[in-house]
Amino acid sequence: MTGTDSGERTSPTYRQIRVVLPAHLKALAKVTGEVRLEVPEPVTQHTVLTAVEQRYPMLLGTIRDRHTLKRRAFIRFYACELDLSNEPPEAPLPEPVVAGAEPYIVLGAVAGG
Amino acid sequence: MTGVRVLVGTKKGAFVLTSDGTRQDWTIEGPHFAGWQVYHMTGSPADPNRIYAAPSIDWSGQIIQRSDDGGKTWTTVGNDFAYATPVTDHLWYDDTPRPWEFKRIWHLEPSRTDPDTVYAGGEDAALYLTKDGGQTWTELTALREHPTGPTWHPGAGGLCLHTIVLDAADPNRIYVAISAAGAFRSDDAGASWLPINKGLRSGEIPDQDAETGHCVHRIVQHPSRPDTLYMQKHWDVMRTDDAGGQWREVSGNLPTDFGFPIAVHAHEPETIYVVPITSDLMHFPPDGQLRVYRSRTGGDEWEPLTKGLPQSHCYVNILRDAMAVDTLDECGIYFGTTGGQVYCSPDGGDTWTAIAHDLPAVLSVEVQTLP
Repeated sequence: MTGTDSGERTSPTYRQIRVVLPAHLKALAKVTGEVRLEVPEPVTQHTVLTAVEQRYPMLLGTIRDRHTLKRRAFIRFYACELDLSNEPPEAPLPEPVVAGAEPYIVLGAVAGG
Repeated sequence: MTGVRVLVGTKKGAFVLTSDGTRQDWTIEGPHFAGWQVYHMTGSPADPNRIYAAPSIDWSGQIIQRSDDGGKTWTTVGNDFAYATPVTDHLWYDDTPRPWEFKRIWHLEPSRTDPDTVYAGGEDAALYLTKDGGQTWTELTALREHPTGPTWHPGAGGLCLHTIVLDAADPNRIYVAISAAGAFRSDDAGASWLPINKGLRSGEIPDQDAETGHCVHRIVQHPSRPDTLYMQKHWDVMRTDDAGGQWREVSGNLPTDFGFPIAVHAHEPETIYVVPITSDLMHFPPDGQLRVYRSRTGGDEWEPLTKGLPQSHCYVNILRDAMAVDTLDECGIYFGTTGGQVYCSPDGGDTWTAIAHDLPAVLSVEVQTLP
């Protein structure tokens, strides 16, 4: 959010973020491939996931708890070959994600046997 | 020509099987919600095109799906099953206190008269209600807050509310069953609850007269006899003729009285069906022979039904929500197995045919009789 000399509020700057969803959530959201979302700066895990849920409300509660916003235990978040699952949700995402060069990846944890 | 639609929930999606009134040739559609566990899928008695499904998956929790066109297309509706009041503790397996925590929906029970009204039974045990077609859910808190709640233990499958019976005569009367708390009745539309477990005998608990703690597996009611309920318990098949005031055992000559489902014939309120399972440890039919047992006397006297069912090397289970009946003149009986078969008997149990062979493990079977 930036301000003008007169103190009036202006629209935030949006960045186009690439998001990869796991197969079962792509099916639920009825999308294929990556999704691209306009996310206001600062781009964080919280703002990206909020944008995902706003665009695809059928995903509410399937990635993070609807009320506490805590990550579901078997969902992981990756980007730029980093595991961001336990990083603070308000921390800025890596610049390649913000720049749209790399996707933010939501995936189901390895489970089963 | 009337038709039948069989709604099958499985461990990896949902399937819709359809046939005309002869029930000889079947079409299978699905999987819907592929990869999701569909504990239950059922249709509205008030509008057969309205179907609700409860898929869940460990990665992403619970969702609810609704179809308004008989299962052809689906819409995701609400999945906010928050407890409406602060949670307290129930008992864990080791007797330590454990806070109530939502895990999944086990059963959906649509209103007999309003397609937008549905009750949902959850784990940990709680009862929810929607009046807007599943968009929003409200917990009916009196059940979870029952004074016996802190003493409830989970059954092997969890502390699940798996059975909801909306009384056929009294719109304010609801029955539910919880593993392993027992059966409860409300006479005021869920505002208060009465444990109805007198007469149950459960070797798993020390006090045979305990008000709660009985592992009830399934309860059914015939609409023409609303005060008569039949129950398949962990062990024992039971009946009550006074709305749960007192139960008596009707296991009779069954080879084993352990099992999960129980069903009642659509037109004969004293004709009931169970599928005996060897034991609580051995969840497969005795001697590897899949036999449905029918009683035409409301229990006590049972006959095995085997024609068309595998009679050797069969080691599947039939889960509590996986048996149902249609309401055609010659009542059809249906059940699904953990081996992925769905069987249909178009003649009240005399003969059986597998109408699906290789589905994922079947969790639930419901039947809609179409005009």
